[in-house]
Amino acid sequence: MYAVNSEIQAASETLPSKHALRKPVNMGQICRWLLLFAGGILMVAPIAYMISTSLKWPHEIYNLSLVPEEPHLENYIYVLEDGRFYGWFINSIIIATITTASNIIFDSLVGYTLCKFRFPGRYIVFIAILSTLMIPTEMLVIPWYLMSQSLGWLDSYWGIMFPGLMTAFGTFLMKQFFETVPDDFIEAARIDGLNELQIWWTVAMPLVRPALAALAIFVFLGNWTAFIWPLIVTNSVEMYTLPVGLSSFGDEADVQWELIMTGAAISTIPTLIVFLVFQRFIIRGVVMAGLKG
Amino acid sequence: MYRNLSVRQKHIVWAWGFLVIPIVFYVVIRFYPTANAMVISFQDWNLLGNRVWTGWTNYEKLWNDPVFWKVFQNTFAYLLIGTPVSLVVSFAIAFHLDKLRFMHGFLRMLYFLPFMTSAVAMAWVWRWFYQPVPIGLFNNFLSSLGIPQIEFLRSTTLALSAILAPAVWAGLGFQVIIFMAGLRAIPRSYYEAARIDGVSGWTILWQITIPLLKPTIVFIVVFSSIGFLRIFDHVFNMTTGDPGGPLNSTKPLVLMIYQTAFTDFNMGYAAAQTVVLFLILLVVSLLQLRILRDR
Repeated sequence: MYAVNSEIQAASETLPSKHALRKPVNMGQICRWLLLFAGGILMVAPIAYMISTSLKWPHEIYNLSLVPEEPHLENYIYVLEDGRFYGWFINSIIIATITTASNIIFDSLVGYTLCKFRFPGRYIVFIAILSTLMIPTEMLVIPWYLMSQSLGWLDSYWGIMFPGLMTAFGTFLMKQFFETVPDDFIEAARIDGLNELQIWWTVAMPLVRPALAALAIFVFLGNWTAFIWPLIVTNSVEMYTLPVGLSSFGDEADVQWELIMTGAAISTIPTLIVFLVFQRFIIRGVVMAGLKG
Repeated sequence: MYRNLSVRQKHIVWAWGFLVIPIVFYVVIRFYPTANAMVISFQDWNLLGNRVWTGWTNYEKLWNDPVFWKVFQNTFAYLLIGTPVSLVVSFAIAFHLDKLRFMHGFLRMLYFLPFMTSAVAMAWVWRWFYQPVPIGLFNNFLSSLGIPQIEFLRSTTLALSAILAPAVWAGLGFQVIIFMAGLRAIPRSYYEAARIDGVSGWTILWQITIPLLKPTIVFIVVFSSIGFLRIFDHVFNMTTGDPGGPLNSTKPLVLMIYQTAFTDFNMGYAAAQTVVLFLILLVVSLLQLRILRDR
């Protein structure tokens, strides 16, 4: 689309860089491939063992074999019939979805405003938002907890979500990408009689769709796996998110590792599927966010 | 009234209109709590009683607390082992993966997959791996080779590295992707010129590749250091029952903060610890930026 985007696209192409292309296949390359393949298998082994154990009977978990003797879904049925995991799964979905939507709207609105409008105070607002990147979440959890307590937000969806509704990282990322939208487009839309809100939503937003997708993936994954704040703000088992629920379940299930692995698989498989489906897209998003963020 | 404004004035109205909700959010959810944490750090408060102003007492208490110094040491151990190991390993993988074409995307996927997992889930998976003989995968494997079993999580010396391993593992894929993007941004002509001059591969690596990758390296070092200094999910989940491991051997600062605030309800003391965490993060990042940028 624009110079910066195509550069990133080129950077994240599936093919390795051109230096590799003309080299003939030799023993060195074969060794390199085999080593990297072995390393890659080691990398996914923990995930593979988790899934394989979730399909095993209790007496088999001592077995080093990755293939269950008689694969079965009893563990999943047991864990889901218990009802808690189902509830935690729904909680996590709702929280991650709403937070993602909020970040998509507000981070891009702020990024757009800071990028495309000239107004007094613009620089101060930008620096102020950027400076919050330096504040670690852990420093804020105590005041957030006290705030939630006095406002009655403890143990509610809102209580879990409110700290993450906007992020400085997302705002900065979107601001960088709105730089690639030519001002002429916005001027033309103004002449066509669109108001500023319409210009942002119908003209600018569609032009930064890849960045929005990257932001959505990061925010969703971050909230899906978030642990410390949901752990602090929730009290009742029904309000737990998947990571908090899994943590308490693991403690309680004690040595029933096949059940713990089932719970772990339930909280991991959805993001793995998302990754396998949108793989190229996600890797491109990581590169964009990494280079620009 | 709006109609009478000039174009420029209209823009100012729109801009501030767009920013109203976000500014309220940042003030109430980011700046006010930051200031509040600093204020609470000078108070004594157990959540039920009155807030008592105590000046620097919490900081003095922290300075004289042997547990804090142990925790401080652990926090830096996570950083000083985790960051270099993940930097070197991810660079090695990216460097070689960049030179391969055959099933490149598949290999990259294998390395990236752990990044998409949840830290809590994987902490439990690794915890299972580390269990003693009849159960744990690693010890079963060792015993099948006739090696005596290792008490990974119950050892005061090994437990920290054992907890760090899944944290490094999960972050590698991200760093590999970033490194490969950095490698590809290096102009090909540099390598060609070096080849014409007959420079060895090792020299090319040290004289061309690594210096040109410096922005990428700075980014990865700062980014992963912040992550290791804030490690919590893995430690908490791999040592529930005995949080922080035997003799606090694995306890990082964030876990200490969590326990002080939400197990002991000692809010003032916990807030002082969060301020210290903030200062550590700030100083470490600034030092890294300075050292790495200058060279």
